[in-house]
Amino acid sequence: MKAWLPSLLRLALVMLLVAFVTNPGWFVPLLKPLTENNAPVIYNQGSLLTLTLLHLRTVLIATVAATIVAVALAILVTRPAGAEFLPLSRSLVNIGQTFPPVAVLALAVPAVGFGEKPTLIALFLYGLLPIFENALTGLTTLPANVVEAARGAGMTGWQRLTKVELPLSAPIILGGIRLSVVISLATATIGSTVAAKTLGEVIIAGLLSNNLAFILQGGLIVAALAVLIYDGLSAIERYTARRMGREAE
Amino acid sequence: MIEIEGITKRYDATTVVDDVSMVIEPRTIAVIVGTSGSGKTTLLRMINRLVEPTSGIIKLDGADNRSLPGYELRRSIGYAIQGHGLFPHRTVAQNIATVPVLLGWDKDRIKARVDELMTLYQLDPEAFGPRYPHELSGGQQQRVGVARALAAEPNVLLMDEPFGALDPIIRNKAQEDLLAIQKRFGTTIILVTHDMEEAVHMGDKIAVMDAGKLVQYAKPAEILAKPASAFVETLVGASERPFRLLSLGRVRDAVEKGSAEGEAIPGDASQRDALAELLWTGRPALPVKGADGKPLGRVTVDGLVKRAARPA
Ligand SMILES: Nc1ncnc2c1ncn2[C@@H]1O[C@H](COP(=O)(O)OP(=O)(O)OP(=O)(O)O)[C@@H](O)[C@H]1O
Ligand SMILES: [Mg+2]
Repeated sequence: MKAWLPSLLRLALVMLLVAFVTNPGWFVPLLKPLTENNAPVIYNQGSLLTLTLLHLRTVLIATVAATIVAVALAILVTRPAGAEFLPLSRSLVNIGQTFPPVAVLALAVPAVGFGEKPTLIALFLYGLLPIFENALTGLTTLPANVVEAARGAGMTGWQRLTKVELPLSAPIILGGIRLSVVISLATATIGSTVAAKTLGEVIIAGLLSNNLAFILQGGLIVAALAVLIYDGLSAIERYTARRMGREAE
Repeated sequence: MIEIEGITKRYDATTVVDDVSMVIEPRTIAVIVGTSGSGKTTLLRMINRLVEPTSGIIKLDGADNRSLPGYELRRSIGYAIQGHGLFPHRTVAQNIATVPVLLGWDKDRIKARVDELMTLYQLDPEAFGPRYPHELSGGQQQRVGVARALAAEPNVLLMDEPFGALDPIIRNKAQEDLLAIQKRFGTTIILVTHDMEEAVHMGDKIAVMDAGKLVQYAKPAEILAKPASAFVETLVGASERPFRLLSLGRVRDAVEKGSAEGEAIPGDASQRDALAELLWTGRPALPVKGADGKPLGRVTVDGLVKRAARPA
């Protein structure tokens, strides 16, 4: 395959996505055959652009929070003083992952009410595991004599963490964040069942009114976002891996 | 001065370093030799407290090495780790600058020092400074590792097999450079090696370790002449001993009266080199010249052979 072909495809997808969420009217002829009885072709209870941005915002907030907590936890349990908490933290994070997001939503609504909050909680819990596991892998598989050299040079524990251990683990941690983001992009759609403003709204509206065009446009926007973000984060990951002298995994 | 007093390190039931005591005089080089797993690295790492001893005391210039926080102690001691251990995410120049940066030197001073060391180790600062360690050969990485240990001009330098990956020519050069640096700055060096040749050449004293115990600690000539045990004898290589002994002496000290034909050998060449030259060219004697080029006399095969014999 030609080297420029993937970039070209990516660019095309970005342009298509932007065109669709800003000017959905252009795509009416394409989606028209999917509707019956003169039902609306393009989602009409809110702007697709706004929903897309809100969807992204929800994912961003949840991922940032999950990253901070997961990385902090991984740092804590890889210090000598925190080593005994490793099994406990592992099971806690695993529970977060095995608990179905729908159940989290159901439990969170009575506590925090409808809207974005229960969705954020579900996405946060769901996103913890991949980041935590990867951060743990990154921090525990550092080349031993590099870490020893850092000690031997007289770095304090904090200096070793910030100058050597985290930079060298960065590519692997980024891999965890990438997984987490992609899971969250898809999972965020169910947030609309508890009145969060996400692209799930479009899909649910389609399901309720039996409108295939709605379902498709909601699903496709989410899928396009996931592909593009996955791609972009992979590129950043490869770049950092090269910069840190670690081959991309 | 480094005083090691009754140092023992145990991991669970296994004793890795067993009641080792030795004194390393200031401005000298002590070389530690021994089989793999005999505790050389562990002993070395107890000096800068990368490993805490189970019992015993280590004093640096009279002060217990536990009187400073570990990280401060380690900034004052150069450490070339076994297998270089360069930071893969930092350039060569940044690697070398590690300890000076930790010590808060100003930028110009760091740059000057890094350039000086790189030039000394024949790595062009312009070309190699901005490179990353994985863009260097194994031998170049090892030299950067040594340069990093030397960067903050430490009084004490711990080196764990620093020249293992170097080809013979570069190794010779690196050894000579280290000796020159040691003379110039009066550094006290403890060097671990597997290479007996290197030990005899570099060491003011050689420490032989076997299964955690210090079995002999003496001047190279004494180790060669009077090995304390069969183990030491095997380690120094019984068949190589006469030549190693000769390699310790300078031609100047073996000069006899008289003259000989042919190209003169310099007085500060080793006696071993002189004997090799004599045997190779099949001559009985070689003329010797001083540093100023004046003839000093001659060395003979007979004279050198006598010197290669076990001292009384
Ligand atoms: N952290 C540790 N825990 C348990 N055993 C250890 C530890 N570090 C070293 N050892 C053991 O102590 C012994 C001595 O190790 P050391 O690294 O000092 O050997 P060495 O003489 O430097 O060997 P080499 O020449 O192969 O580098 C070895 O048997 C090793 O397995
Ligand atoms: Mg060793």
